Amino acid sequence: MTQFLSLLLNGISLGVLYALIAMGFVIIFKASEVVSFMHGSLLLLGAYSIARLSGPLGFFPAILVGMLITATAAFIVERLIINRLRGAPVISLAIVTIGVDIILLTELIRRLGSDILNVPHPWGGESFRIGNVGLSQNRLIAILVAAVLIALFFAAFKYSNWGIAMRASAEDGETAALMGIRQGQVSALAWVVAGVLAAVAALFLVGSPTPGVTPAAYAVALRAFPAAILGGLDSVGGALVGGLLIGIAEALAAGYQDQLLFLGRGFSAVVPFIVMIAVLLFRPSGLFGTRELTRV
Amino acid sequence: MLSIDALHVTYGGAVQALRGVSMEIPDGEVVAVLGSNGAGKSTLLRAISGTLRLHRGRVDSGSVRFGDDQLSGRDPAQTVRMGLVQVPEGRRIFGRLTVEENLRAGGMGNRDKAAKARARDRVYELFPVLQERSGQRGALLSGGEQQMLAIGRALMASPKVLLLDEPSLGLAPRIIGQIGEVIAEINRQGTSVLLVEQNATMALGVADRAYVLDVGEVSLSGPAAELSRSDEVQRLYLGHGSDETAAVTASAPRRTLSRWTA
Repeated sequence: MTQFLSLLLNGISLGVLYALIAMGFVIIFKASEVVSFMHGSLLLLGAYSIARLSGPLGFFPAILVGMLITATAAFIVERLIINRLRGAPVISLAIVTIGVDIILLTELIRRLGSDILNVPHPWGGESFRIGNVGLSQNRLIAILVAAVLIALFFAAFKYSNWGIAMRASAEDGETAALMGIRQGQVSALAWVVAGVLAAVAALFLVGSPTPGVTPAAYAVALRAFPAAILGGLDSVGGALVGGLLIGIAEALAAGYQDQLLFLGRGFSAVVPFIVMIAVLLFRPSGLFGTRELTRV
Repeated sequence: MLSIDALHVTYGGAVQALRGVSMEIPDGEVVAVLGSNGAGKSTLLRAISGTLRLHRGRVDSGSVRFGDDQLSGRDPAQTVRMGLVQVPEGRRIFGRLTVEENLRAGGMGNRDKAAKARARDRVYELFPVLQERSGQRGALLSGGEQQMLAIGRALMASPKVLLLDEPSLGLAPRIIGQIGEVIAEINRQGTSVLLVEQNATMALGVADRAYVLDVGEVSLSGPAAELSRSDEVQRLYLGHGSDETAAVTASAPRRTLSRWTA
Protein backbone atom coordinates (compact mmCIF):
# COMPACT_ATOMS: atom_id res chain seq x y z
CA MET A 1 0.00 0.00 0.00
CA THR A 2 2.79 2.43 0.89
CA GLN A 3 4.46 1.56 -2.37
CA PHE A 4 1.26 2.25 -4.22
CA LEU A 5 0.76 5.61 -2.50
CA SER A 6 4.36 6.55 -3.18
CA LEU A 7 4.01 5.69 -6.82
CA LEU A 8 0.70 7.51 -7.05
CA LEU A 9 2.23 10.64 -5.58
CA ASN A 10 5.17 10.36 -7.96
CA GLY A 11 2.77 9.85 -10.84
CA ILE A 12 0.81 12.95 -9.90
CA SER A 13 3.99 15.02 -9.70
CA LEU A 14 5.01 13.79 -13.14
CA GLY A 15 1.45 14.21 -14.40
CA VAL A 16 1.15 17.89 -13.48
CA LEU A 17 4.37 18.56 -15.40
CA TYR A 18 3.01 16.71 -18.42
CA ALA A 19 -0.15 18.74 -18.00
CA LEU A 20 1.80 22.02 -18.15
CA ILE A 21 3.37 20.94 -21.42
CA ALA A 22 0.14 19.53 -22.82
CA MET A 23 -1.75 22.73 -22.01
CA GLY A 24 0.78 24.52 -24.17
CA PHE A 25 0.05 22.16 -27.05
CA VAL A 26 -3.65 22.71 -26.63
CA ILE A 27 -3.66 26.50 -26.58
CA ILE A 28 -1.34 26.61 -29.58
CA PHE A 29 -3.69 24.29 -31.38
CA LYS A 30 -6.72 26.36 -30.42
CA ALA A 31 -5.21 29.73 -31.26
CA SER A 32 -3.17 28.94 -34.37
CA GLU A 33 -4.61 25.63 -35.58
CA VAL A 34 -1.14 24.15 -35.49
CA VAL A 35 -0.10 20.90 -33.91
CA SER A 36 3.23 22.04 -32.55
CA PHE A 37 5.85 19.32 -32.74
CA MET A 38 8.54 21.66 -31.53
CA HIS A 39 7.66 21.44 -27.88
CA GLY A 40 10.43 18.95 -27.24
CA SER A 41 13.15 21.34 -28.25
CA LEU A 42 11.42 24.25 -26.51
CA LEU A 43 11.49 22.22 -23.33
CA LEU A 44 15.15 21.42 -23.81
CA LEU A 45 15.88 25.05 -24.61
CA GLY A 46 14.25 26.06 -21.32
CA ALA A 47 16.21 23.47 -19.35
CA TYR A 48 19.46 24.34 -21.08
CA SER A 49 19.08 28.10 -20.57
CA ILE A 50 18.23 27.73 -16.90
CA ALA A 51 21.15 25.35 -16.30
CA ARG A 52 23.68 27.50 -18.19
CA LEU A 53 22.57 30.79 -16.68
CA SER A 54 22.21 29.75 -13.07
CA GLY A 55 26.00 29.86 -12.71
CA PRO A 56 26.51 33.49 -13.74
CA LEU A 57 23.11 34.87 -12.74
CA GLY A 58 22.10 32.83 -9.74
CA PHE A 59 19.28 30.33 -9.64
CA PHE A 60 16.12 32.41 -9.47
CA PRO A 61 17.14 35.09 -12.00
CA ALA A 62 18.16 32.23 -14.28
CA ILE A 63 14.65 30.80 -14.08
CA LEU A 64 13.15 34.11 -15.14
CA VAL A 65 15.60 34.60 -17.98
CA GLY A 66 15.17 30.97 -19.05
CA MET A 67 11.41 31.43 -19.22
CA LEU A 68 11.93 34.61 -21.18
CA ILE A 69 14.26 32.91 -23.66
CA THR A 70 11.89 30.00 -24.22
CA ALA A 71 8.88 32.29 -24.60
CA THR A 72 10.81 34.50 -27.01
CA ALA A 73 11.81 31.51 -29.12
CA ALA A 74 8.16 30.43 -29.32
CA PHE A 75 7.11 33.99 -30.13
CA ILE A 76 9.66 34.29 -32.93
CA VAL A 77 8.54 31.03 -34.51
CA GLU A 78 4.93 32.18 -34.36
CA ARG A 79 5.64 35.61 -35.86
CA LEU A 80 8.13 34.56 -38.52
CA ILE A 81 6.56 31.34 -39.69
CA ILE A 82 3.19 30.34 -38.34
CA ASN A 83 1.55 33.75 -38.65
CA ARG A 84 2.69 34.12 -42.24
CA LEU A 85 1.37 30.70 -43.20
CA ARG A 86 -2.08 31.29 -41.72
CA GLY A 87 -4.62 29.32 -43.69
CA ALA A 88 -2.09 26.76 -44.90
CA PRO A 89 -3.14 23.13 -44.46
CA VAL A 90 -2.79 21.84 -40.89
CA ILE A 91 -0.48 19.09 -42.09
CA SER A 92 2.04 21.45 -43.71
CA LEU A 93 2.13 23.63 -40.61
CA ALA A 94 2.74 20.58 -38.43
CA ILE A 95 5.61 19.53 -40.68
CA VAL A 96 7.05 23.04 -40.54
CA THR A 97 7.15 22.79 -36.75
CA ILE A 98 8.94 19.43 -37.07
CA GLY A 99 11.55 21.16 -39.22
CA VAL A 100 12.06 23.97 -36.69
CA ASP A 101 12.22 21.36 -33.95
CA ILE A 102 15.03 19.45 -35.66
CA ILE A 103 17.07 22.61 -36.22
CA LEU A 104 16.71 23.80 -32.62
CA LEU A 105 17.29 20.32 -31.21
CA THR A 106 20.44 19.76 -33.26
CA GLU A 107 21.91 23.02 -32.05
CA LEU A 108 21.06 22.27 -28.42
CA ILE A 109 22.56 18.78 -28.61
CA ARG A 110 25.70 20.22 -30.14
CA ARG A 111 25.97 22.68 -27.28
CA LEU A 112 25.26 20.08 -24.63
CA GLY A 113 27.81 17.66 -26.01
CA SER A 114 28.20 14.66 -23.80
CA ASP A 115 28.09 16.61 -20.53
CA ILE A 116 25.27 16.42 -18.14
CA LEU A 117 24.45 19.94 -17.08
CA ASN A 118 23.05 20.27 -13.63
CA VAL A 119 20.48 22.76 -12.52
CA PRO A 120 21.50 23.71 -8.97
CA HIS A 121 18.06 23.51 -7.40
CA PRO A 122 18.41 25.04 -3.93
CA TRP A 123 16.06 22.33 -2.64
CA GLY A 124 18.62 19.74 -3.75
CA GLY A 125 17.94 16.05 -4.03
CA GLU A 126 16.34 15.55 -0.64
CA SER A 127 13.13 13.68 -0.15
CA PHE A 128 10.06 14.54 1.73
CA ARG A 129 8.31 11.83 3.73
CA ILE A 130 5.00 11.24 5.43
CA GLY A 131 5.34 7.89 7.13
CA ASN A 132 6.75 5.64 4.50
CA VAL A 133 5.32 7.55 1.56
CA GLY A 134 8.10 9.58 -0.01
CA LEU A 135 8.55 12.08 -2.80
CA SER A 136 11.56 14.10 -3.84
CA GLN A 137 11.35 17.67 -2.66
CA ASN A 138 11.82 18.79 -6.21
CA ARG A 139 8.67 17.01 -7.28
CA LEU A 140 6.75 18.22 -4.26
CA ILE A 141 7.55 21.81 -5.17
CA ALA A 142 6.68 20.94 -8.76
CA ILE A 143 3.19 19.89 -7.68
CA LEU A 144 2.66 23.11 -5.75
CA VAL A 145 3.97 25.41 -8.46
CA ALA A 146 2.12 23.56 -11.20
CA ALA A 147 -1.10 23.68 -9.20
CA VAL A 148 -0.80 27.46 -8.88
CA LEU A 149 0.06 27.87 -12.56
CA ILE A 150 -2.74 25.59 -13.70
CA ALA A 151 -5.24 27.46 -11.54
CA LEU A 152 -4.03 30.80 -12.89
CA PHE A 153 -4.17 29.46 -16.41
CA PHE A 154 -7.73 28.22 -16.05
CA ALA A 155 -8.83 31.47 -14.49
CA ALA A 156 -7.28 33.45 -17.35
CA PHE A 157 -8.78 31.12 -19.89
CA LYS A 158 -12.23 31.48 -18.37
CA TYR A 159 -12.37 35.11 -17.33
CA SER A 160 -9.76 37.24 -19.07
CA ASN A 161 -10.27 39.05 -22.34
CA TRP A 162 -7.47 36.96 -23.79
CA GLY A 163 -9.25 33.75 -22.80
CA ILE A 164 -12.52 34.87 -24.34
CA ALA A 165 -10.79 36.11 -27.48
CA MET A 166 -8.95 32.82 -27.77
CA ARG A 167 -12.05 30.69 -27.31
CA ALA A 168 -14.05 32.85 -29.71
CA SER A 169 -11.44 32.71 -32.46
CA ALA A 170 -10.90 28.98 -31.93
CA GLU A 171 -14.60 28.44 -32.44
CA ASP A 172 -15.12 30.67 -35.45
CA GLY A 173 -12.14 32.64 -36.70
CA GLU A 174 -13.91 34.71 -39.32
CA THR A 175 -16.66 35.86 -36.96
CA ALA A 176 -14.09 36.64 -34.28
CA ALA A 177 -12.29 38.81 -36.83
CA LEU A 178 -15.59 40.55 -37.64
CA MET A 179 -15.91 41.41 -33.95
CA GLY A 180 -12.54 43.14 -34.05
CA ILE A 181 -10.53 40.36 -32.42
CA ARG A 182 -6.99 40.29 -33.80
CA GLN A 183 -6.16 36.66 -34.31
CA GLY A 184 -2.47 37.41 -34.77
CA GLN A 185 -2.26 38.79 -31.21
CA VAL A 186 -4.25 35.94 -29.74
CA SER A 187 -2.03 33.42 -31.46
CA ALA A 188 1.25 35.13 -30.51
CA LEU A 189 0.22 35.28 -26.88
CA ALA A 190 -0.71 31.60 -26.94
CA TRP A 191 2.80 30.69 -28.11
CA VAL A 192 4.36 32.87 -25.43
CA VAL A 193 2.27 31.24 -22.71
CA ALA A 194 3.08 27.78 -24.08
CA GLY A 195 6.79 28.68 -24.01
CA VAL A 196 6.62 29.82 -20.38
CA LEU A 197 4.73 26.68 -19.34
CA ALA A 198 7.30 24.49 -21.11
CA ALA A 199 10.18 26.27 -19.35
CA VAL A 200 8.58 25.81 -15.94
CA ALA A 201 7.99 22.13 -16.66
CA ALA A 202 11.61 21.84 -17.81
CA LEU A 203 12.87 23.39 -14.58
CA PHE A 204 11.37 20.58 -12.53
CA LEU A 205 11.82 17.77 -15.02
CA VAL A 206 15.60 18.06 -14.95
CA GLY A 207 15.72 17.96 -11.13
CA SER A 208 15.71 14.97 -8.78
CA PRO A 209 14.97 12.12 -9.41
CA THR A 210 16.09 12.80 -13.02
CA PRO A 211 19.86 13.19 -13.44
CA GLY A 212 20.09 16.65 -15.09
CA VAL A 213 19.89 18.30 -18.48
CA THR A 214 20.44 15.66 -21.13
CA PRO A 215 18.90 15.32 -24.57
CA ALA A 216 16.62 12.77 -22.88
CA ALA A 217 14.58 15.71 -21.56
CA TYR A 218 13.40 16.04 -25.13
CA ALA A 219 11.59 12.71 -24.95
CA VAL A 220 9.53 13.99 -22.03
CA ALA A 221 7.72 16.43 -24.29
CA LEU A 222 6.97 13.57 -26.63
CA ARG A 223 5.24 11.83 -23.74
CA ALA A 224 3.21 14.95 -23.02
CA PHE A 225 1.90 14.77 -26.55
CA PRO A 226 -0.24 11.69 -25.85
CA ALA A 227 -1.50 13.57 -22.79
CA ALA A 228 -2.83 16.37 -25.01
CA ILE A 229 -4.22 13.96 -27.59
CA LEU A 230 -6.04 11.71 -25.19
CA GLY A 231 -7.56 14.65 -23.38
CA GLY A 232 -8.84 15.91 -26.71
CA LEU A 233 -6.52 18.25 -28.56
CA ASP A 234 -8.78 21.24 -28.17
CA SER A 235 -9.62 20.98 -24.48
CA VAL A 236 -7.43 22.51 -21.75
CA GLY A 237 -9.31 20.55 -19.11
CA GLY A 238 -8.56 17.45 -21.15
CA ALA A 239 -4.87 18.30 -21.16
CA LEU A 240 -4.85 18.40 -17.36
CA VAL A 241 -6.70 15.09 -17.00
CA GLY A 242 -4.63 13.52 -19.80
CA GLY A 243 -1.39 14.67 -18.19
CA LEU A 244 -2.31 13.23 -14.81
CA LEU A 245 -3.49 9.98 -16.37
CA ILE A 246 -0.28 9.53 -18.34
CA GLY A 247 1.93 10.52 -15.40
CA ILE A 248 0.25 8.11 -13.00
CA ALA A 249 0.20 5.25 -15.53
CA GLU A 250 3.87 5.77 -16.25
CA ALA A 251 4.88 5.91 -12.59
CA LEU A 252 2.89 2.80 -11.73
CA ALA A 253 4.34 0.87 -14.66
CA ALA A 254 7.84 1.90 -13.57
CA GLY A 255 7.23 1.01 -9.94
CA TYR A 256 5.70 -2.36 -10.62
CA GLN A 257 8.08 -3.28 -13.36
CA ASP A 258 9.20 -6.39 -11.50
CA GLN A 259 5.67 -7.71 -11.73
CA LEU A 260 5.52 -6.64 -15.38
CA LEU A 261 8.85 -8.22 -16.33
CA PHE A 262 7.23 -10.37 -19.03
CA LEU A 263 6.76 -7.10 -20.94
CA GLY A 264 10.46 -6.34 -20.74
CA ARG A 265 12.42 -3.72 -18.84
CA GLY A 266 11.78 -0.04 -19.52
CA PHE A 267 8.18 -0.78 -20.34
CA SER A 268 7.09 2.39 -18.52
CA ALA A 269 8.51 4.56 -21.30
CA VAL A 270 5.93 3.31 -23.77
CA VAL A 271 3.02 3.32 -21.34
CA PRO A 272 1.90 6.86 -22.28
CA PHE A 273 1.49 5.81 -25.87
CA ILE A 274 -0.34 2.61 -24.99
CA VAL A 275 -2.75 4.56 -22.78
CA MET A 276 -3.31 7.01 -25.61
CA ILE A 277 -4.07 4.31 -28.15
CA ALA A 278 -6.39 2.52 -25.74
CA VAL A 279 -8.34 5.73 -25.04
CA LEU A 280 -8.52 6.73 -28.68
CA LEU A 281 -9.89 3.33 -29.68
CA PHE A 282 -12.94 4.05 -27.57
CA ARG A 283 -13.11 7.83 -27.89
CA PRO A 284 -11.59 8.84 -31.20
CA SER A 285 -11.66 12.55 -30.39
CA GLY A 286 -10.19 12.15 -26.93
CA LEU A 287 -11.82 12.32 -23.53
CA PHE A 288 -13.01 15.91 -23.76
CA GLY A 289 -12.34 16.81 -27.38
CA THR A 290 -14.85 18.26 -29.78
CA ARG A 291 -16.22 15.63 -32.08
CA GLU A 292 -15.71 17.31 -35.43
CA LEU A 293 -11.98 17.80 -34.89
CA THR A 294 -11.08 14.76 -36.92
CA ARG A 295 -9.25 16.50 -39.71
CA VAL A 296 -5.87 16.50 -37.95
CA MET B 1 -21.71 58.55 -44.69
CA LEU B 2 -20.61 55.23 -46.11
CA SER B 3 -20.22 55.45 -49.85
CA ILE B 4 -19.39 52.77 -52.34
CA ASP B 5 -18.22 53.82 -55.73
CA ALA B 6 -17.99 51.67 -58.89
CA LEU B 7 -16.86 48.67 -56.87
CA HIS B 8 -15.54 45.65 -58.77
CA VAL B 9 -14.74 42.49 -56.79
CA THR B 10 -13.46 39.16 -58.08
CA TYR B 11 -12.88 35.86 -56.33
CA GLY B 12 -9.80 33.81 -57.10
CA GLY B 13 -8.91 36.22 -59.88
CA ALA B 14 -11.66 34.79 -62.07
CA VAL B 15 -15.20 35.02 -60.75
CA GLN B 16 -16.64 38.53 -60.94
CA ALA B 17 -18.98 38.96 -58.01
CA LEU B 18 -19.54 42.73 -58.14
CA ARG B 19 -19.41 44.72 -61.37
CA GLY B 20 -19.44 48.40 -60.74
CA VAL B 21 -21.69 48.73 -57.72
CA SER B 22 -22.27 52.22 -56.34
CA MET B 23 -24.40 53.08 -53.36
CA GLU B 24 -24.63 55.45 -50.44
CA ILE B 25 -25.58 54.85 -46.84
CA PRO B 26 -26.22 58.32 -45.37
CA ASP B 27 -25.77 58.84 -41.62
CA GLY B 28 -28.82 57.90 -39.63
CA GLU B 29 -30.61 55.99 -42.37
CA VAL B 30 -31.55 52.38 -42.94
CA VAL B 31 -30.57 51.20 -46.38
CA ALA B 32 -31.74 47.83 -47.66
CA VAL B 33 -30.00 45.75 -50.30
CA LEU B 34 -32.21 43.13 -51.93
CA GLY B 35 -31.24 40.39 -54.30
CA SER B 36 -31.43 36.68 -54.85
CA ASN B 37 -28.73 34.12 -54.12
CA GLY B 38 -25.50 34.93 -55.91
CA ALA B 39 -26.42 38.55 -56.56
CA GLY B 40 -23.33 39.71 -54.66
CA LYS B 41 -24.93 40.84 -51.41
CA SER B 42 -22.52 39.05 -49.12
CA THR B 43 -19.59 40.11 -51.26
CA LEU B 44 -20.63 43.72 -50.81
CA LEU B 45 -20.57 43.32 -47.02
CA ARG B 46 -17.24 41.53 -47.10
CA ALA B 47 -15.75 44.35 -49.11
CA ILE B 48 -16.89 46.79 -46.43
CA SER B 49 -15.89 44.72 -43.38
CA GLY B 50 -12.50 43.71 -44.73
CA THR B 51 -13.07 39.97 -44.81
CA LEU B 52 -12.80 39.56 -48.59
CA ARG B 53 -9.27 38.25 -48.21
CA LEU B 54 -10.44 35.36 -46.06
CA HIS B 55 -12.50 34.24 -49.05
CA ARG B 56 -9.77 34.84 -51.61
CA GLY B 57 -11.64 37.84 -52.94
CA ARG B 58 -10.08 41.10 -54.11
CA VAL B 59 -11.23 44.62 -54.88
CA ASP B 60 -10.20 45.21 -58.50
CA SER B 61 -11.31 48.79 -58.80
CA GLY B 62 -13.63 51.28 -57.22
CA SER B 63 -13.68 52.36 -53.60
CA VAL B 64 -15.41 52.02 -50.28
CA ARG B 65 -15.20 55.18 -48.22
CA PHE B 66 -16.45 55.96 -44.73
CA GLY B 67 -16.48 59.70 -44.31
CA ASP B 68 -13.06 60.67 -45.59
CA ASP B 69 -11.40 57.33 -44.89
CA GLN B 70 -10.70 54.74 -47.52
CA LEU B 71 -11.86 51.31 -46.26
CA SER B 72 -10.54 48.90 -48.85
CA GLY B 73 -7.29 47.28 -47.77
CA ARG B 74 -7.98 47.59 -44.05
CA ASP B 75 -8.24 44.50 -41.91
CA PRO B 76 -11.49 43.60 -40.11
CA ALA B 77 -10.21 44.76 -36.71
CA GLN B 78 -9.42 48.24 -38.08
CA THR B 79 -12.83 48.41 -39.69
CA VAL B 80 -14.48 47.59 -36.36
CA ARG B 81 -12.45 50.30 -34.62
CA MET B 82 -13.61 52.79 -37.23
CA GLY B 83 -17.19 52.06 -36.29
CA LEU B 84 -18.44 49.59 -38.88
CA VAL B 85 -19.53 46.24 -37.49
CA GLN B 86 -21.01 43.33 -39.39
CA VAL B 87 -23.48 40.77 -38.11
CA PRO B 88 -22.61 37.71 -40.18
CA GLU B 89 -25.10 35.67 -42.15
CA GLY B 90 -26.48 32.70 -40.25
CA ARG B 91 -25.85 34.49 -36.91
CA ARG B 92 -22.57 32.62 -36.21
CA ILE B 93 -22.75 33.14 -32.47
CA PHE B 94 -20.06 31.43 -30.40
CA GLY B 95 -22.07 28.41 -29.29
CA ARG B 96 -19.62 27.23 -26.65
CA LEU B 97 -19.36 30.64 -25.02
CA THR B 98 -22.03 31.93 -22.69
CA VAL B 99 -24.28 34.79 -23.71
CA GLU B 100 -22.28 37.12 -21.48
CA GLU B 101 -18.99 35.96 -23.03
CA ASN B 102 -20.39 36.39 -26.53
CA LEU B 103 -21.17 39.98 -25.67
CA ARG B 104 -17.68 40.49 -24.24
CA ALA B 105 -16.21 39.07 -27.43
CA GLY B 106 -18.23 41.65 -29.34
CA GLY B 107 -16.80 44.47 -27.23
CA MET B 108 -13.21 43.34 -27.75
CA GLY B 109 -12.45 46.05 -30.31
CA ASN B 110 -13.68 48.72 -27.93
CA ARG B 111 -11.09 49.97 -25.45
CA ASP B 112 -13.29 52.49 -23.75
CA LYS B 113 -14.63 50.80 -20.59
CA ALA B 114 -17.41 53.31 -20.00
CA ALA B 115 -18.60 53.02 -23.60
CA LYS B 116 -18.62 49.26 -23.24
CA ALA B 117 -20.73 49.43 -20.09
CA ARG B 118 -23.17 51.77 -21.84
CA ALA B 119 -23.30 49.44 -24.84
CA ARG B 120 -24.06 46.49 -22.58
CA ASP B 121 -26.89 48.33 -20.84
CA ARG B 122 -28.30 49.25 -24.22
CA VAL B 123 -28.13 45.64 -25.44
CA TYR B 124 -29.84 44.32 -22.32
CA GLU B 125 -32.49 47.00 -22.68
CA LEU B 126 -33.13 46.08 -26.30
CA PHE B 127 -33.06 42.35 -25.59
CA PRO B 128 -34.10 41.65 -21.97
CA VAL B 129 -34.09 37.93 -22.75
CA LEU B 130 -30.30 38.05 -23.15
CA GLN B 131 -29.92 39.30 -19.61
CA GLU B 132 -32.12 36.48 -18.32
CA ARG B 133 -29.93 33.97 -20.13
CA SER B 134 -26.57 35.64 -19.65
CA GLY B 135 -25.01 32.54 -18.05
CA GLN B 136 -26.22 30.10 -20.69
CA ARG B 137 -24.20 28.80 -23.57
CA GLY B 138 -25.03 30.44 -26.87
CA ALA B 139 -25.81 27.12 -28.52
CA LEU B 140 -28.76 26.62 -26.17
CA LEU B 141 -30.63 29.72 -27.34
CA SER B 142 -33.46 29.52 -29.85
CA GLY B 143 -32.92 30.78 -33.40
CA GLY B 144 -34.57 34.11 -32.69
CA GLU B 145 -32.62 34.59 -29.48
CA GLN B 146 -29.40 33.73 -31.30
CA GLN B 147 -30.14 36.44 -33.85
CA MET B 148 -30.74 38.90 -31.02
CA LEU B 149 -27.43 37.82 -29.48
CA ALA B 150 -25.66 38.25 -32.82
CA ILE B 151 -27.03 41.78 -33.14
CA GLY B 152 -26.34 42.55 -29.48
CA ARG B 153 -22.78 41.28 -29.82
CA ALA B 154 -22.20 43.63 -32.74
CA LEU B 155 -23.71 46.56 -30.80
CA MET B 156 -21.12 46.00 -28.05
CA ALA B 157 -18.57 47.69 -30.30
CA SER B 158 -20.79 50.83 -30.35
CA PRO B 159 -20.88 50.93 -34.15
CA LYS B 160 -21.73 53.98 -36.19
CA VAL B 161 -22.88 51.72 -39.01
CA LEU B 162 -24.35 48.28 -38.42
CA LEU B 163 -24.07 45.85 -41.34
CA LEU B 164 -26.69 43.11 -41.18
CA ASP B 165 -26.39 40.06 -43.42
CA GLU B 166 -29.79 38.40 -43.79
CA PRO B 167 -30.96 38.63 -40.19
CA SER B 168 -34.29 36.98 -41.10
CA LEU B 169 -32.68 33.80 -42.40
CA GLY B 170 -34.41 30.72 -41.08
CA LEU B 171 -36.60 32.53 -38.56
CA ALA B 172 -40.36 32.30 -38.00
CA PRO B 173 -42.46 35.16 -39.45
CA ARG B 174 -43.37 36.51 -36.02
CA ILE B 175 -39.69 36.67 -35.05
CA ILE B 176 -38.84 38.36 -38.36
CA GLY B 177 -41.35 41.06 -37.45
CA GLN B 178 -39.57 41.57 -34.11
CA ILE B 179 -36.18 41.76 -35.83
CA GLY B 180 -37.61 44.49 -38.07
CA GLU B 181 -38.75 46.45 -35.02
CA VAL B 182 -35.35 46.04 -33.38
CA ILE B 183 -33.61 47.37 -36.48
CA ALA B 184 -35.90 50.40 -36.50
CA GLU B 185 -35.18 50.99 -32.80
CA ILE B 186 -31.40 50.70 -33.23
CA ASN B 187 -31.64 53.19 -36.05
CA ARG B 188 -33.74 55.56 -33.94
CA GLN B 189 -30.92 55.53 -31.35
CA GLY B 190 -28.60 56.92 -33.99
CA THR B 191 -26.91 54.00 -35.74
CA SER B 192 -27.03 53.78 -39.51
CA VAL B 193 -27.94 50.34 -40.85
CA LEU B 194 -27.05 48.54 -44.04
CA LEU B 195 -29.53 45.70 -44.24
CA VAL B 196 -28.92 42.90 -46.72
CA GLU B 197 -32.02 40.77 -47.08
CA GLN B 198 -33.94 38.32 -49.16
CA ASN B 199 -37.06 39.02 -47.16
CA ALA B 200 -38.11 42.14 -49.04
CA THR B 201 -41.30 42.73 -47.06
CA MET B 202 -39.41 43.18 -43.80
CA ALA B 203 -36.49 45.03 -45.39
CA LEU B 204 -38.61 47.54 -47.30
CA GLY B 205 -40.74 47.99 -44.18
CA VAL B 206 -37.87 49.41 -42.12
CA ALA B 207 -35.60 50.89 -44.80
CA ASP B 208 -35.47 54.50 -45.93
CA ARG B 209 -34.04 53.56 -49.26
CA ALA B 210 -33.19 50.37 -51.06
CA TYR B 211 -31.02 48.93 -53.79
CA VAL B 212 -31.70 45.79 -55.77
CA LEU B 213 -28.62 43.81 -56.73
CA ASP B 214 -28.78 41.53 -59.73
CA VAL B 215 -25.78 39.40 -60.73
CA GLY B 216 -23.28 41.88 -59.37
CA GLU B 217 -24.94 45.10 -60.56
CA VAL B 218 -27.44 47.51 -59.10
CA SER B 219 -30.57 47.01 -61.18
CA LEU B 220 -32.97 49.21 -59.22
CA SER B 221 -32.64 51.79 -56.51
CA GLY B 222 -34.69 54.46 -54.80
CA PRO B 223 -36.68 55.30 -51.70
CA ALA B 224 -37.97 52.11 -50.09
CA ALA B 225 -41.62 53.12 -50.26
CA GLU B 226 -41.35 53.80 -53.97
CA LEU B 227 -39.50 50.58 -54.69
CA SER B 228 -42.02 48.47 -52.87
CA ARG B 229 -44.73 49.82 -55.21
CA SER B 230 -42.76 49.10 -58.36
CA ASP B 231 -43.95 46.18 -60.48
CA GLU B 232 -40.62 44.49 -60.71
CA VAL B 233 -40.01 44.39 -56.98
CA GLN B 234 -43.60 43.34 -56.38
CA ARG B 235 -43.30 40.47 -58.81
CA LEU B 236 -39.76 39.29 -57.93
CA TYR B 237 -39.48 39.92 -54.21
CA LEU B 238 -42.84 40.55 -52.67
CA GLY B 239 -44.65 37.63 -54.27
CA HIS B 240 -47.59 39.61 -55.68
CA GLY B 241 -47.58 38.04 -59.12
CA SER B 242 -49.37 39.86 -61.94
CA ASP B 243 -52.47 38.09 -63.31
CA GLU B 244 -50.58 36.78 -66.26
CA THR B 245 -47.98 34.83 -64.28
CA ALA B 246 -50.67 33.61 -61.92
CA ALA B 247 -52.60 32.19 -64.89
CA VAL B 248 -49.52 30.37 -66.13
CA THR B 249 -48.95 28.81 -62.77
CA ALA B 250 -52.54 27.71 -62.52
CA SER B 251 -52.64 26.06 -65.91
CA ALA B 252 -49.35 24.25 -65.50
CA PRO B 253 -49.81 20.54 -65.04
CA ARG B 254 -49.80 19.89 -61.34
CA ARG B 255 -48.51 16.77 -59.78
CA THR B 256 -50.76 15.27 -57.22
CA LEU B 257 -49.68 12.91 -54.54
CA SER B 258 -50.30 9.33 -55.43
CA ARG B 259 -49.38 6.02 -54.02
CA TRP B 260 -45.78 5.25 -54.75
CA THR B 261 -45.28 1.89 -56.37
CA ALA B 262 -42.13 0.51 -57.79
